[in-house]
Amino acid sequence: MGLSDRDQDLIAALAEGLPTSPRPFDEIGRRVGLSEAEVIARLERLRDAGIISRFGVIVRHHELGYRANAMAVWDVPDALVDSLGKAMRCEPDVTLCYRRVRRPPVWPYNLFCMIHGRDRRAVSLTVRELSRRYGLDDYPHEVLFSRRRFKQRGAAYGRDRLQDRRSEPGTEGARP
Amino acid sequence: MGRAGTEPDLELDDLDRRLLDDFQRDFPLAPAPYAVLAERLGCTEEEVLRRLARLRDLGAVSRIGAVIRPNTVGASCLAAIEVPAERLEEVAAIVNAYPQVNHNYEREHRLNLWFVVAADDANERRRVLDDIAARTGLEVIDLPMECDYRLDLGFPLSWG
Repeated sequence: MGLSDRDQDLIAALAEGLPTSPRPFDEIGRRVGLSEAEVIARLERLRDAGIISRFGVIVRHHELGYRANAMAVWDVPDALVDSLGKAMRCEPDVTLCYRRVRRPPVWPYNLFCMIHGRDRRAVSLTVRELSRRYGLDDYPHEVLFSRRRFKQRGAAYGRDRLQDRRSEPGTEGARP
Repeated sequence: MGRAGTEPDLELDDLDRRLLDDFQRDFPLAPAPYAVLAERLGCTEEEVLRRLARLRDLGAVSRIGAVIRPNTVGASCLAAIEVPAERLEEVAAIVNAYPQVNHNYEREHRLNLWFVVAADDANERRRVLDDIAARTGLEVIDLPMECDYRLDLGFPLSWG
């Protein structure tokens, strides 16, 4: 599915979030020259096409008591990485799961999992359990806990599209 | 850390929790969506709006909005830098200042600064990464995604 300019305008207008007012889609529509009904129809279409993977409340883990997060990475053979990734994505404790390019020698890892937990111990346990269950113990791996969060917000695509841009959302302070 | 109410844990009641939990994926695309939420939760639309504004002020809600599948719109990329400890805050501030950067974390590793660049296209992404390298004088390791195994389906909260 191709994205029209109007779709991209709409996605850009939503980057800072849906207004919390009684007719938020109408408000978004006014910013990009679409009617409320058109905004809703386009969003439904983008959601059905999988370009919007979800539309809804986006929470922040740290503020809700999930104080620890780690990026667990493994260097697994190319022939196995897809089947492992597809199996691990079903794990409830794995928030995100990707294959990325390696950059040897500085970065030899190709399988990435993001894991959130209430504390460091919980996250470590989850990683150990995953590693055991999927037979990953023998592959090189590392667990990169986050120490400080310098910035966390949604992507702001199409920044140049919006004439009525408000200021960039503030960056958020320390702590993972 | 400059955000009131984040420590200790937030005080949340059942209605707050349902607002956080129940609408991560199935937010109604309807003209008056908060009225739909109110009906499902058995409260008034005003109550929903008031609570969502509070949860946002507290930082528990980042926003209500769309999660875009990576690389369907624009071009995003994870990147890492090995930053000397004494320069970490300075370099983090340089990286943060790019509107294209949406996540930026210190991690426990020799590569200690990790960030995501979400640009409108591959050229812009390249330009931002090159610019960060030039301005910091540090090597930027870019790690483009080859496959996304798990769609972002929200985050199941447990309130134990």
